[in-house]
Amino acid sequence: MEWEVVIGLEIHAQLATKSKIFSGSSTAFGAEPNTQASLVDLGLPGVLPVFNKEALNMAVQFGCAIDAEIGKVSVFDRKNYFYPDSPKGYQTTQLHHPIVGMGHIDITLEDGPDKGVTKRINVTRAHLEEDAGKSLHEDFQGMSGIDLNRAGTPLIEIVSEPEMRNAKEAVAYFKKMHSIVTYLGICDGDLSQGSMRCDCNVSLRPKGQEEFGTRTEIKNVNSFRFVEQAINCEIERQRDILEDGGSIVQETRLYDPNKNETRSMRSKEVANDYRYFPCPDLLPVVIDDDYIEAIRSHLPELPDQKKQRFMDDHKLSEYDASVLTASRELAAYFETVAEKCGDYKLATNWVMGELSAAMNKSDVSIQACPISAEVLGAMLLRLKDETINGKGAKTLFQSLWEKQSDDVDALIESLGIKQVQDSGAIESIVDEVLANNQAQVDNYVAAAEDKRGKMLGFFVGQVMKASKGSANPGMVNSVLKTKLDEKC
Amino acid sequence: MQNLTLAQISKGLEAGEFTSVEITQHYLDRIKQLDQGENGLNSFITVNEELALAEAKAADERRAAGNATAWTGVPIAHKDLLCTDGTLTTCGSKILSNFVPPYDATIVENFKKEGAVCLGKTNMDEFAMGSSNENSYFGAVKNPWDLERVPGGSSGGSAAAVAARLVPAATATDTGGSIRQPAAFTGLTGLKPTYGRCSRWGMVAYASSLDQAGPIAQTAEDAAMMLNVMASFDEKDSTSIEQPVPDYTATLNDDIKGKVIGLPKEYFPENLDPEMASVVRSAIAEFEKLGCTIKEISLPNTGLGIPAYYVVAPAECSANLSRMDGVRFGVRCEDPKDLEDLYKRSRGEGFGAEVKRRIMVGTYALSTGFYDAYYVKAQKIRRLIKNDFVAAFNDVDFIMSPTTPTPAFKTGEKTGDPVEMYMEDVFTIALNLAGLPGMSIPAGKVNNLPVGLQIIGNYWNEAGMLNMAHQFQTATDFHKEAPAGIDSNR
Amino acid sequence: MALDRSDIPNIADLARLAIAENDIPQYQQELSNILELVEQMNAVNTDDVQPLAHPTDAVQRLRADEVTETNQREKYMQCAPAKEEGLFLVPKVIE
Repeated sequence: MEWEVVIGLEIHAQLATKSKIFSGSSTAFGAEPNTQASLVDLGLPGVLPVFNKEALNMAVQFGCAIDAEIGKVSVFDRKNYFYPDSPKGYQTTQLHHPIVGMGHIDITLEDGPDKGVTKRINVTRAHLEEDAGKSLHEDFQGMSGIDLNRAGTPLIEIVSEPEMRNAKEAVAYFKKMHSIVTYLGICDGDLSQGSMRCDCNVSLRPKGQEEFGTRTEIKNVNSFRFVEQAINCEIERQRDILEDGGSIVQETRLYDPNKNETRSMRSKEVANDYRYFPCPDLLPVVIDDDYIEAIRSHLPELPDQKKQRFMDDHKLSEYDASVLTASRELAAYFETVAEKCGDYKLATNWVMGELSAAMNKSDVSIQACPISAEVLGAMLLRLKDETINGKGAKTLFQSLWEKQSDDVDALIESLGIKQVQDSGAIESIVDEVLANNQAQVDNYVAAAEDKRGKMLGFFVGQVMKASKGSANPGMVNSVLKTKLDEKC
Repeated sequence: MQNLTLAQISKGLEAGEFTSVEITQHYLDRIKQLDQGENGLNSFITVNEELALAEAKAADERRAAGNATAWTGVPIAHKDLLCTDGTLTTCGSKILSNFVPPYDATIVENFKKEGAVCLGKTNMDEFAMGSSNENSYFGAVKNPWDLERVPGGSSGGSAAAVAARLVPAATATDTGGSIRQPAAFTGLTGLKPTYGRCSRWGMVAYASSLDQAGPIAQTAEDAAMMLNVMASFDEKDSTSIEQPVPDYTATLNDDIKGKVIGLPKEYFPENLDPEMASVVRSAIAEFEKLGCTIKEISLPNTGLGIPAYYVVAPAECSANLSRMDGVRFGVRCEDPKDLEDLYKRSRGEGFGAEVKRRIMVGTYALSTGFYDAYYVKAQKIRRLIKNDFVAAFNDVDFIMSPTTPTPAFKTGEKTGDPVEMYMEDVFTIALNLAGLPGMSIPAGKVNNLPVGLQIIGNYWNEAGMLNMAHQFQTATDFHKEAPAGIDSNR
Repeated sequence: MALDRSDIPNIADLARLAIAENDIPQYQQELSNILELVEQMNAVNTDDVQPLAHPTDAVQRLRADEVTETNQREKYMQCAPAKEEGLFLVPKVIE
């Protein structure tokens, strides 16, 4: 039977506030256990929450960025469950009245048969909630240790419609959300520290059937690659079961990247009844149109807008524009380079070409790139003003990459790659080359006119070699042509 | 000395008639004599003798240094639901029987700033759930008017302690009547303010949208003094309302002539004990003498107050008490075999029967399939009840009624039937649902037991209620009577 | 609504309350009585009534995003029943 895959994602993004959603504790990552857990975060008897203004701001920014309805009255609810990393015995979240309602984003697939195709994915809702603490399973006399530093870190949970049909679309969606929240600056996007986590809801149904199949939820997948792998192996698993005539059990599963398989989570097996109800310690959050419009009008440029601008104003191809805007850091790097050298085309070629290749080869991210955008821009400026030629630029790039110096002009001097622009100097090199290659000169003269163009290349190469690559190739060309034509 | 009111103690300290250390020692001695031991009242869970004397000494020094306030050196006690930094705070529960909070409730802090002296923490029904103070892990509290009777609840410890003059006044909390009913049972003046008037920070939550702290004191004047300290806007409490706090003592002597008092017919039902009715009606007649007019009104949804309350309060408490799990504080069960066992036994063994009943009722009312029928329905009833009061206050300045259907009942009399016990709060509970302020003042006696008159004010009109109560107390002596057997010096 | 005997252990489980087998009939009776009391609410039609979750009409106040808390671990963990290396200890958590 032919199966259709149905995927919906729930993405948790930690908001980049300084303090927690309901307390004045720091949200900084990596502190000693429980040193950033205040009375409120510990859920001691008698403590009360007060909502962080910036968390609200950030959530509304997100809502505006995905063109969503904004909840003018949003309400915090309690989701009741017992777990040691949930100190109050409930999580404060938003069920019936979320801050962000229905919105949408467009995704573009990077590879595969649908490469370059754009698809709209609707976002059901996004709501504010508090993160849980962490259970550490190292052995403490057979017990687990609880660290509540993370408890109370603000999250937005972004829930998609079940509109993705394969793992590649799911990854593209996750990446796009990552780029939106990082462009907005509302999340640091650091997947390795858990700043963004993804729950994948996966089900299969016979192609053409409208009704959804039973779904499973893969919890807490924390890398783009794992999202693709986890979904694909869950699709496999479900397909095998269904094709053997079995049925899928609705459950929560965990992805094990080492074994590349998903397994049922024992702790979530017991069907829970979360008994949501409005949190009586918090009042309805009420915002008005003025507030929303003020946020909307101050939104930074988002990836889609930037991409369009690169295409419209700077004539980048759609592909180049997509790649260069996929991450905020890369886009910012690129724009600095382009502005510094004043040539978007040149900047595109170098960032997409030499720079990308070098980063790939050394496996470094744009944040860790040894050449700053300013320096690369300065280098390209020298290429553009013909202080150096293309060959010299490659040599220079290598030196910059190796961090020999950040001073482009000084390096040009010390590397001796300054382009020779002096026509007298070039003429004398040309004369020398012609004198040393009489046989080739004779061949040139004897050749038919339409063949001479090709033969000129040999002399150019010799002159460049004699100038140690520093002669201006354009000038070399024209001097050679003049001198040779005189001999004809 | 023990019959001194707060106001008198404050003046006495100021005049140098006695020191804070002397008056503090006096009360500590009385507590030792009357509260502790087998036949004691058991109104205190913790008596902090050393700390109280240290505070008293500091207060005397502060006075000597010339920066005393009206409160410096005045002794009080806190209900054991209010967190006190470094002092045991049990909420009357086994599960918190070892809990020493690392912080002060805002109310506690407010008193500290003024230089008041805290004698200790008063007994209460476990987590403020009860109307007789029989639900305390630390034992029942006796009513000083009749040791075989209950002092009311849940602030029974505060009420008994003040009634027996073991302390001149005490803080209390009221979720369905827990200030007013014990005040009525012990011949005291108790006031539950408008929801949001006193900070809930550090007050262990029973039902967050109903809980409100207030004073239990001997007189309206003392209650006003207490409220001056207790009331504050607190940024740490999202439900604290940013309203200026007036000086509640400043308007006590305002003229109350022309005030319109509404008597809701639902609060004087046909089956009301005729003696109760007669005491309450004669108190109201006193207000007429003072120039007030009386108007019959109706609060038609009154009868739904208890049913709605027993959804809202249990629902909220079922979540509020989830943090009592034996993980980060409090008592953990012995040798838990796994995590579930830890939770279930710590809670099962740590909570008393009434707390477990309410948690279970709330858990059920919020569970899938029942949420709309119970929780949402109760919230709708809550709106109807509030609307009744809002409409009534268009026509009247105050509403008056009996505080309780009967005077103090006997210990053990109602413990067999939870629902019967719940009916105790029939006249007090609706105010909590509506968030309105209410107080109880002594109005006379039935069978030699005190009877309370309930004064209900409009939102934020605590000053008006205290004014009415003070004028009544200026014209009458009910509030001056102390329980006979206890007061050996009378 | 009268509860079944079997409802009691389910509710107790959800609420993480260990209750003795012997006590189940009493809980069943008492909880049923309370629910019966509660159901008096059904006497009024509330179809057109908006639920009221808070007694006042106030709206949520917002806190400035500032770090106001300092590390108080020693003090805050003083009352922990079991702790080690700055962590609260619980029987092994199984995922």
